[in-house]
Amino acid sequence: MNAAITVKGLTMAYGSFVLQRDLNFTIERGDIFVIMGGSGCGKSTLLRHMIGLKPPAAGSVWYDGENFWELTDEDRAAVVRRAGVLYQSSALWSSMTLAENVALPLQHYTDLTPSVIAELVSFKLALVGLAGFEKFYPAQLSGGMRKRAALARAIALDPDFLFFDEPSAGLDPISARNLDQLILELRESLGATVVIVTHELASIYAIATNSVFLDSDTKTMLATGDPKTILQECTDPTVLNFLTRGTGKREVRTV
Amino acid sequence: MDDAVQYLTFTCEQLDDWDTRLLIFVKSIITAARERGITIDLAGLPQGAHRLLVLSEAVPEKTTYDQTSHESPVVRIGRLTIALSGKLGEAATFTGEIILAFGDFLAGRKPFRARDFFYFVQACGAESLPIVSLIAVLVGVILSFVGAVQLQMFGAQIYVANLVGLGMVMEMGALMSGIIIAGRIGAAYAAQLGTMQVNEEIDALRTMGISPVGFLVLPRMLSLMLMLPLLCIYADIMGILGGSVIGVTMLDLSLVEYLEQTRKSILLSQCGHGLLKASVFGVLIGYAGCLRGMQCGRSALAVGEATTSAVVTSIVLIVVSDSFITFLLYR
Repeated sequence: MNAAITVKGLTMAYGSFVLQRDLNFTIERGDIFVIMGGSGCGKSTLLRHMIGLKPPAAGSVWYDGENFWELTDEDRAAVVRRAGVLYQSSALWSSMTLAENVALPLQHYTDLTPSVIAELVSFKLALVGLAGFEKFYPAQLSGGMRKRAALARAIALDPDFLFFDEPSAGLDPISARNLDQLILELRESLGATVVIVTHELASIYAIATNSVFLDSDTKTMLATGDPKTILQECTDPTVLNFLTRGTGKREVRTV
Repeated sequence: MDDAVQYLTFTCEQLDDWDTRLLIFVKSIITAARERGITIDLAGLPQGAHRLLVLSEAVPEKTTYDQTSHESPVVRIGRLTIALSGKLGEAATFTGEIILAFGDFLAGRKPFRARDFFYFVQACGAESLPIVSLIAVLVGVILSFVGAVQLQMFGAQIYVANLVGLGMVMEMGALMSGIIIAGRIGAAYAAQLGTMQVNEEIDALRTMGISPVGFLVLPRMLSLMLMLPLLCIYADIMGILGGSVIGVTMLDLSLVEYLEQTRKSILLSQCGHGLLKASVFGVLIGYAGCLRGMQCGRSALAVGEATTSAVVTSIVLIVVSDSFITFLLYR
């Protein structure tokens, strides 16, 4: 195993308001890494620091041994190009069809002919169970379908890193479980390193191999490691309360 | 409440029905009793009311205070200055990104989709014609009326054609087109980009390494730069036709006479002044609309504010730049 992403001494702040400080953890290549914690603790903000949308107040994010925020704009863009992101709101471009959404990164970064791009787009949509939906607009789809379409766009360039911001938010339990299975299969087939922001315990226990727990009261991380191991070994009451849904029973429940 | 009271209890046997207002009343009593150290027994309250009261106090009230209300004027001025310099920095970055994207475009790289550009050309141009026609004709009519009242006194009503022609070509055509487009298109740009900001669509572009300025802003600005001068020429013609209606119907001038007098009064260079203004207005409206959209926060309220701000900024910029250009051309 080797480190794909390393976060060192990261501090997140909005102006003078510090959200989290001194975050340190490593994401190994091939991990399904979960950023977990209660609402408002800064999970999504941490993701924004990691994908280049917001520079940290202090500390650093390292990709393959390179300090991401000290790279030149071109080098940083090259790192970002290796990542696919699924946003909480799906963030599909509403004026484009699903095919155009998935095709845009391919048109932007490859010299493939339109017919090859069209085939690739159909294949990516088929991977997420949306074969035949090429000409649909995002507004014509359900929330779960939009999430899957956004996932097809995120994997358009066969990324090394996949980032998910609350992937199961707003989904029914079956759709959420199917999305978990899809994430697992894509990780296996693409060999990507997956980072997921979530507080869905069923998803965390079902797919995570590594994690970090952020706490909004102490404004720092309280635990890192495999969530199932944390559940069995952690003595911190806040973490235990979260991972046992307040029951105190150290049982892994994936449904 | 009497200071001799040591113990407080509730009796609600005769209470048939209650709602949350009862709880508000009871809470005020409890607060007053606690301040005086009186022991309270809630057992006499209806069971549901008792449980709701316990629930309302289950999580301790978070003590917050408005930091800004305790700040001295100096600190507030400092904070405002930092916020203003932040906004100026954003505007400068945005300007730089536009210049870079425009450079890419001139260098032959295609940072946006042609289909998007033609969509915006249609929205700015063909779809704006009805409202531009209406306003330009009415402005021509108004100018003609105002001029006719004065010039008729000297028997010089033929010069109404000069007044309307020069007024439209040098000033009103560009100004009215600019103001209409600021309200119609500048506001739409701010709302579109603001909504994309709320839906994280702009973040999605950034994380894909695609410049939102090149992909979203440039086609919008180019379409305005192309269409506003054309709309200005159209507004000039419609304004002159509007003026001619008054000339023909009220001043006993023939249409040919009126149009010939207009032709004689207008120089090509004067048309150029109007087109120069329209071109500048096009850039300013596109800039203000897109800047406000890109600066938009992540709520429905922020989209509304961005839209309003885009229109106000555009109109202020139009009037200020109009004054400046007029001063430069006629000093």
